[in-house]
Amino acid sequence: MTYSVTLPQLGVWQAWRNAARLAISHGIPPHKITWNGGDDLFGDQSLPSEPGVEAVHVPPEFIRIASSVVWHSAPERFSFLYEALWRLAKGERAALSQADPLGRRLGVMAKSVGRDIHKMHAFVRFRELPTEGERRSFGAWFEPEHNTLEPGADFFAKRFADMDWLIATPGLTARFHGGRLTFEPGSSKPDLPDDASEALWATYFANIFNPARIKLDAMRSEMPQKYWKNLPETRLIPSMLADAEERVQRMREAGASEPRRGAAAVSTRYREKLALPDEMPSNLEEAERLARHCQRCGLCEAATQTVWGKGNPNARIMIVGEQPGDREDLAGRPFVGPAGQLLHGIMADAGLDPSTVWLTNAVKHFKFTPRGRKRIHQNPNRGEIERCRWWLGLELGMVKPTITMALGASAAFALTSNGGPLSRRRGTIETGLHGGPVLISWHPSFILREQQKARQAQIRLELAADIAAAMQAVTRVAAA
Amino acid sequence: MKRTLKERLAILSDAAKYDASCASSGGEKRNSTNGGIGSSGGSGICHAYTPDGRCISLLKILMTNFCIFDCAYCINRVSSNVERARFSVEEVVTLTLEFYRRNYIEGLFLSSGIIRSPDQTMADMVRIARTLRQQHQFKGYIHLKTIPDASPELIKEAGLWADRLSINVELPQDASLRQLAPEKRPETIRAAMAQVRVESEGAKEKTYTGRRSQRFAPAGQSTQMIIGADGADDVSILNTATRLYSGYKLKRVYYSAFSPIPDASSALPLIKPPLVREHRLYQADWLMRYYGFSSEEIAVGTRKGHLDLDLDPKLAWALKQRAVFPLDINVAPRELLLRVPGFGVRTVDRIIESRRHALLRFGDLIRIGASMKKARPFITTPDWTPGQLTDSPGLRARFTPPPEQLTLL
Repeated sequence: MTYSVTLPQLGVWQAWRNAARLAISHGIPPHKITWNGGDDLFGDQSLPSEPGVEAVHVPPEFIRIASSVVWHSAPERFSFLYEALWRLAKGERAALSQADPLGRRLGVMAKSVGRDIHKMHAFVRFRELPTEGERRSFGAWFEPEHNTLEPGADFFAKRFADMDWLIATPGLTARFHGGRLTFEPGSSKPDLPDDASEALWATYFANIFNPARIKLDAMRSEMPQKYWKNLPETRLIPSMLADAEERVQRMREAGASEPRRGAAAVSTRYREKLALPDEMPSNLEEAERLARHCQRCGLCEAATQTVWGKGNPNARIMIVGEQPGDREDLAGRPFVGPAGQLLHGIMADAGLDPSTVWLTNAVKHFKFTPRGRKRIHQNPNRGEIERCRWWLGLELGMVKPTITMALGASAAFALTSNGGPLSRRRGTIETGLHGGPVLISWHPSFILREQQKARQAQIRLELAADIAAAMQAVTRVAAA
Repeated sequence: MKRTLKERLAILSDAAKYDASCASSGGEKRNSTNGGIGSSGGSGICHAYTPDGRCISLLKILMTNFCIFDCAYCINRVSSNVERARFSVEEVVTLTLEFYRRNYIEGLFLSSGIIRSPDQTMADMVRIARTLRQQHQFKGYIHLKTIPDASPELIKEAGLWADRLSINVELPQDASLRQLAPEKRPETIRAAMAQVRVESEGAKEKTYTGRRSQRFAPAGQSTQMIIGADGADDVSILNTATRLYSGYKLKRVYYSAFSPIPDASSALPLIKPPLVREHRLYQADWLMRYYGFSSEEIAVGTRKGHLDLDLDPKLAWALKQRAVFPLDINVAPRELLLRVPGFGVRTVDRIIESRRHALLRFGDLIRIGASMKKARPFITTPDWTPGQLTDSPGLRARFTPPPEQLTLL
């Protein structure tokens, strides 16, 4: 016995799904069903009205492909889908594999439908229609390759919700009126009135085009010629192309032009505003302004910005770290990243208010290597530290701290010019290049890098003790 | 006499065409079922293509092409004799909405010459975006070009209305920018990109009360580099791109072949735009973003710092790394399959999906959509082994176009 199933034009996805579900529940094999009137009409009967006993579960992937393929224009689409469903029901997961002939065929069909819907969303061109009502009204004529108006119309309803519109195609017409979407049978191309905006659109299309770079293949592959007849702007293409070569030639022949009169004065005025003073800065703000545009070493090319010191300009304690890290580089402020937060925590424990100190770094630009989506910190070299010492010297000279803390080897080297290992120097006071006392300590990132818990706690205690020692030194000097 | 709207549209779209970006993808899902007009989110839509192969997704215009900056590569520089025009806020808003209603565009890409000051210009641009969003409840896509040296407050407001913000680094090396665009400063351009990244990360975090914080450019940021206007080689261009991607979480870096402009400056030669080079850079950029390549690895396949114009960069790399190949298609991990010339991301996904059901043969790969002409020397299947082909000295020649024959004069 064979069965015949006739599917409606509208709502075909739900209709096919119901029919297929029914058929498969009765275990009807693919060759026993004719979809939408095949060749053999005699002896066929309709599917049983009640579901059968076989329950079938399909992977979501099948629903995704089937709900797309049903809109394809090929008459075999329903039988292909049922064939795949049959094989899936028999436990053959490969039925949807792209290496399987049927699976691949369905994949290509689904893709073609998806593309046709996408192109409809792109290439429908509305013209405004006269209307009596409050809502503006628009109409379009479109010729899709597949039956894609029904699945594609919802997009227009959501996008153009505040206007009435109709999209006519040979097979189906969609009408959106007063916020309700309805479908009617297709028609021949309607007469749509001229629309003044189309001329502006043509102007835009012709002028956004760059005649010096012709890439016709790229244009044709994305805007296939089968759609051109309903795209008003494509009429301009031949004349744009005809003209292109000559326009470029004219540009080339014209060569460089004389600068416009008065331009030089405008440039001079603006550049004067940007110019940096070349005398020595007399306060921290002036120094910071200069430092923003520092190119004393090559680090500025990769880093975002100069990260200048922050805090109290009359601070008694100055804390010098190595260089800004990833977060500091983005924020433009020192000690805001993980190590900085740790330092702030230790300072708080020791009772040192950050607004009473001057926090800065030996090197003012972030040095890193990109690794995938991350930027990995790199130590600054001696040359970079030495060139950046100019700014550190200005900060020391202007803040005039009682004591300076060097956190880590780079800071210690910047302040003392002694590059010796830190382990023997930590906790001691050395005389800095500026003549003042420099208390050598750990950098907080050293704590973060340490794997061993006990050692981590030890380093933290030592850093805290050094902060306390610096505070005591300040008190002693104040008392004296 | 004041120019008509059409005349000004001609001038201000002509002036905007040197920006390559026209993307309208990503960002938040919105539609107008609750009022207003427009929708966005998901994959972008290209509504038309011009014969230069570039898509038209957005109405890409300049607010004005008057400019006080003097960037040698730019048609709108202060010293150029190009015709000047200016749109009012209302004109830009009306053009955007009327084009949008006719389904010509996905939204607006607004850039501008710099008039009076960077802040004033940026403030006017922000006003256009605000008017579209607030007064007209426009739900379509807005891309605003950030004006260099505009204040952080204005950039913050721009992110409130725009889907995407961009600021062009313009040239791959700081020194060339300082030389060719004396008013632009690489350090302030990067600081603006850093601000955009930090603000959008902040907007993604919930506040401590659990409320969503204010939106900020949900479709992220992008930038553009002009290729061929300075002496930077491809490896340094890709290194710069890598730094920009890692530092500022850019969605895209656009490479724009320097093309001749009318009324050119004497500082730059009028060359034929290096379109093949631009194409190879995009391919290399793609390899870095979706195929797990680093710029150092891509450099392996370059010659004197430049990408091979005759071969795609993955093939160029593979020819220099033949020890990695051939790969057994039925067991190789995803990261390695992605390195096979002729295999795209989708092909690799399909291979991995299909080989779960059955052993893949050569014919299966053709059906899956792999470009086997390229892949053949680099893979094995149960019914195919490349034998000596993988290591043969003539392999490169198989892929390069035949030398052009000299024509008789």
